[in-house]
Amino acid sequence: MTDFLLELRSEEIPARMQKGARADLEKLFAKELAAAGVTASDITVWSTPRRLALIARGLPTQTEAVSEEAKGPTEGAPDQAIDGFCRKNGVTRDQLERRDVKGRQTYFAVIEQPGRAVTDVLAEAIPAIVRAFPWPKSMRWGAASISTESLKWVRPLSGIVAIFGDALVECEVDGVTSGTFTMGHRFHHSGEITIGGADDYAPKLRAAYVIVDHAEREDIVRTGAAKAAADAGLQLVEDEGLVVENAGLAEWPVPLLGRFEDDFLEVPPETIQLTARVNQKYFVCEQDGKLANAFICTANIEAADGGAAIVDGNRKVLAARLSDARFFWDVDRKKTLEEHAKGLERITFHEKLGTVGNRVNRIAAIAADRLPELIGWSEKKARAMQPKLRKAAEIAKADLVTEMVGEFPELQGTIGAYYAAGYGTEISEAIRDQYKPVGPNDDLPSGEVGTLLALADKADALFGFFSRDMRPTGSKDPFALRRAALGVIRLIIENDLRFQLSQLFSAVDWEQLYDSDGVDYSDPSAAIVDFVIDRLKVQQREAGVRHDLIDAVFALGGEDDLVRLLARVHALQSFMATEDGTNLLAGYKRAANILKKEDWHGAEVEIEATGDEDPMANVDDPDMKAVYAAAKQLSYTPEPAEKALIDALVAAQPKAAAAIEAEDFAAAMAALTSLRAPIDAFFEEVTVNADEENKRTARLDLLAQFRAAVHNVADFSKIEG
Amino acid sequence: MILSLHDFWSENGCLILQPYDMRMGAGTFHPATTLRALGPEPWNAAFVQPCRRPTDGRYGENPNRLQHYYQYQVILKPSPSDLQELYLKSLEVIGIDPLKHDIRFVEDDWESPTLGAWGLGWEVWCDGMEVTQFTYFQQMGGYDCKPVAGELTYGLERLAMYIQGVDNVYDLAFNQNGVSYGEVFLENEKQMSTWNFEVADTDALFDLFKKAVAECQNCLTAKLPLPAYEQAIEASHIFNLLQARGVISVQERASYMGQVRDLARGSCEAYMAKNAEAWAEKFPEWCA
Repeated sequence: MTDFLLELRSEEIPARMQKGARADLEKLFAKELAAAGVTASDITVWSTPRRLALIARGLPTQTEAVSEEAKGPTEGAPDQAIDGFCRKNGVTRDQLERRDVKGRQTYFAVIEQPGRAVTDVLAEAIPAIVRAFPWPKSMRWGAASISTESLKWVRPLSGIVAIFGDALVECEVDGVTSGTFTMGHRFHHSGEITIGGADDYAPKLRAAYVIVDHAEREDIVRTGAAKAAADAGLQLVEDEGLVVENAGLAEWPVPLLGRFEDDFLEVPPETIQLTARVNQKYFVCEQDGKLANAFICTANIEAADGGAAIVDGNRKVLAARLSDARFFWDVDRKKTLEEHAKGLERITFHEKLGTVGNRVNRIAAIAADRLPELIGWSEKKARAMQPKLRKAAEIAKADLVTEMVGEFPELQGTIGAYYAAGYGTEISEAIRDQYKPVGPNDDLPSGEVGTLLALADKADALFGFFSRDMRPTGSKDPFALRRAALGVIRLIIENDLRFQLSQLFSAVDWEQLYDSDGVDYSDPSAAIVDFVIDRLKVQQREAGVRHDLIDAVFALGGEDDLVRLLARVHALQSFMATEDGTNLLAGYKRAANILKKEDWHGAEVEIEATGDEDPMANVDDPDMKAVYAAAKQLSYTPEPAEKALIDALVAAQPKAAAAIEAEDFAAAMAALTSLRAPIDAFFEEVTVNADEENKRTARLDLLAQFRAAVHNVADFSKIEG
Repeated sequence: MILSLHDFWSENGCLILQPYDMRMGAGTFHPATTLRALGPEPWNAAFVQPCRRPTDGRYGENPNRLQHYYQYQVILKPSPSDLQELYLKSLEVIGIDPLKHDIRFVEDDWESPTLGAWGLGWEVWCDGMEVTQFTYFQQMGGYDCKPVAGELTYGLERLAMYIQGVDNVYDLAFNQNGVSYGEVFLENEKQMSTWNFEVADTDALFDLFKKAVAECQNCLTAKLPLPAYEQAIEASHIFNLLQARGVISVQERASYMGQVRDLARGSCEAYMAKNAEAWAEKFPEWCA
C-alpha cells in the first residue's frame, strides 16, 4: 500500500473559495480513482491561500486485472466476419472460445485487461482534475491567453507536486509540469523545498513557515485572538466567519491586538464593528458588555519587532475609516429625520411603484389605519397607538438618504434608530426592527409598533410587486418577495396575530395609495395568499410539518388565518401519525374511489366547499338536516354495519363541528376517530352496489356523507399515502 | 518614490509614459491602459496618472480621502509569470520591508461597467491598508483580452504615508526642505470639494455631458477611435461631477452609466476595427 501527495500551487486563492475547493478536489479525485477501480483507505485535503493539497493513503500500486468477454459471430459464419472480430478484440483465431448460445455454437473472445500501474492512473487523473475544477470564478493568464481556450484557474496556477510513494508522478497541464519541490512562506522562506512524499510534506512546510492544515490555522486564529483579548483584560467578540476568513488569508497566522482612540466610541458601535469586520477583517472586543476601543488583526508574518509596526499601521487604517464614520455621523445629525425624509421623494423605489416617499405613505396607511383594526385591537388602544405608528412609519426610511447608510448600507434601520432616539424608545426600536425578520433565524421586532411597521413594510412590497405582475419566477426573486412572505408568516404566527390574510390586501385602498393615475391595480390578493401559503409549506417542511397536510386544510377554502390553519395542521399531523388516522384515510380513499367510479354526487352537492363559506356553517345548514332525515328514513331495514355507520356519522358530525368552532382541533380529530371502526365494518359487511336501486342510492349517499364529514376537518383527498 | 518606481519598471522592460492630460477617475482610463489592453501586441508601460473622484472629497478633513490624488500605473501584456514577485520587489525598492510590514493579497475582483471591463485579482494590503490594486484583465470594452494583461495600480499618497510614517496625508513631506503635501494640496481639496458638492453649475454640466456624447458619436462616425475615447473619458468625469452634486436619481443613474459605457465600448470597437487586420496578419494565432 502506498500514499499519494498532490499539491496544486497558485497565486492567492480567495479565502471564501477555499472550503468549496477542498471539497471539489476530494470529490474529483475520488471520482478518478473510482473510474480506475481503485480505493484509498483515507483522503485528506488541506488548503492555504497559495495551495490546495491532497493526501491519499493506502493506495495499491497496481489496479486490479479485469477480464472482459465479447460475443462474436456463430460457428460457420464467413471467415471475414470472424477475422474482423479477432482484429477488433486483439486476439488470434485459436484464442477464441466456443460456447453454446441458444443451441448455436458461438465464438467468444476473452480479453484480459492487465492491471495498470496506479502511478499512470494518477498521471492521467491530475490534468483531468485541473481541467474539470469547478471554481466559482476563473481566469486566463500569461502568453497562452492569446487564445481563449487556454487553461483556466482561480488565479494563475504556478506549480504541481505529485508524489506516489517516494516517486514523482510525471504529468503536465498546459505548460505546468509536476515536480517534487514546493515553495515555503512568501517572506519567511526563499527557494525551493524538496518534498520526499506524503509524510514529510506538512513538517517540511511548517519548517518553512507554512501551516498547511487549514483547521490548525483556524485554531491558531481562534485561540490566539481570544488570548490577545484576555491578555488585555477584554472579552473577544467571537466570529467564526472571521476565523475562517483570516485563516484563509495567511499561511502563518499571528493575531495581534491594537487600540484605537477612545473618542471614536461615540459613533454607533454597530458601525465600528461593521467597518472593522467587513472592511478590515478585524475582531472587536468588549469590556463589561460594551464595545472596547480595541481590535485584533491577523498578520501573516512573525515580525522582528513583535508586530508593533503592523499594529500601528492597522490602527491608522481603522482610524481613517472611523474618522469617516464620525464625519458622516456629525453631518447626518445636523438635520432631523423629518428633514432627511423629504429626500425620499426624490428616490425611485421602483419605476412602476413610485418613489420611496410614496412607499412610506403606503406603509404609514397600512400600519396606522388598517392593521390595528384588522388584528383586533380595541378602538381605544388603536387610537392611542396610531400617532406612534404613523410617526414611526414616516421617518422609518429617512436613514436611507443619510451619509452613514450610504456608506454602510447594511446598517439601514440600525442607524435610523440612533437618529430617532429623541422620539422615544418605542419608535426608535420600531425603526431598528422594521426589516425584521431578515432570515429564518433572525429575531422578530421586539415591540408592537415594530411588529406592525415590519408587517406593513412587507405587505406593501408584496402587494406592489404582485399588482404589477413582478412575481418571483423559478430561482429569480430580484425583489426578495419570498423573504417578505416568510417575514409575514413569522410575524403573524409567532405574534399570534389573528386575521384573514386576504383581508390584509383586499381591504386597503391601494388605488388611492398608489396615486394610480389611471393604472389598473387589479387586486392580486388571491395570488399573494397562495404565494404566502406556498412559502408556509416550505418553511414548515423544515419544522417537520407535511406540506400535503397544509394543502388538505387550506383546500377547505376560507382558511387563511395562518395561526388557526397551522393549529389545525398540527392536530391533523398528530392524527395521521396514529393507526386510527391511517385507517380512516384508507377508508376515506375507498369511499372516494367508489363515489368517483359511480360519478356519484348525491348528497355531496349540498355540502361541497365552494371556497367562500365557513365550512362549519354546514352544521346548521337546512340542506344537511334533510340529509340526516333521509338517512334516518330509509325505505328498507339497514344492515347492522350500515346502521352503525349512520349512527356514528350523526354522532360525530356535531362533535367535530363544535370542536372546530372552539378551535379544539385535537377533539375534532377524536370525533373523526369514532368513524374509523364503522367505516371499516361497513366495507367489510355491506355491499354498496346492491341490486336494489333504493339500497344502492342510499348507500352511495351514505358514503358521500362520510366524505363530507371528513371534509369538515380536512380535505383528505390532498393527503398523500 | 516615483523615480524609484520609474527606474525599477524601466529596468524590467516598461516604457515610461507621462500622465494623460484629461480629468479621469482612475489610471485605468488612460488610453495606454484601456486601449492598449486590446489586441495581441505585447505592451509594457508605467506612468503616473492624477485621478479625480469628486464624491471622495472631504473638504480636507479626512486623513486619507481625497478628491484628487495620484496613482502609479503599470501595465504588462501578456502578464508575466513572476508578476507578483516583481511587484513585491518594487515595494522593497521604495522602502517597504515585507518582514516588518504585513503584505497580503486579498480577493478583489475588478469591474468597470462604464468601460465594459472586468478582471480578477486582489487589493494588496500593507498592514491592513489597500496600497495597490492588482488585476488580471479578462475583458475590456466587452472584448476578451487576448492575451491577458496584468495591471498594477499603486496608491502613491498611501504608500508615502507608510514610508514616512505619518497618519495624515497632509503631513507628508513633499521635499526635504519642509514643504508638506498639505501646503501644496490642502487648499485645493477645500475649494474643489466645495465646488464639486455645492457650486458647480449643474445645467452647464448636463449640457457638457450631452455635448461629449454627441462629439464622441461624431468621432466614431469619422472612424477616429482615439478622439472618440477622449470624449468617453470626458463624459465619464462629467457624470461623476453630476453625481457629487446629487442631481442624478438612482433611476437616472443607470441610464447615464449606460451612455458612458456605450461611448467607451464604441471607442474600443472602433479601435479593434481599425487594427484587427494588421494584428491578425502579424499574429496568426490571434483572432478578434
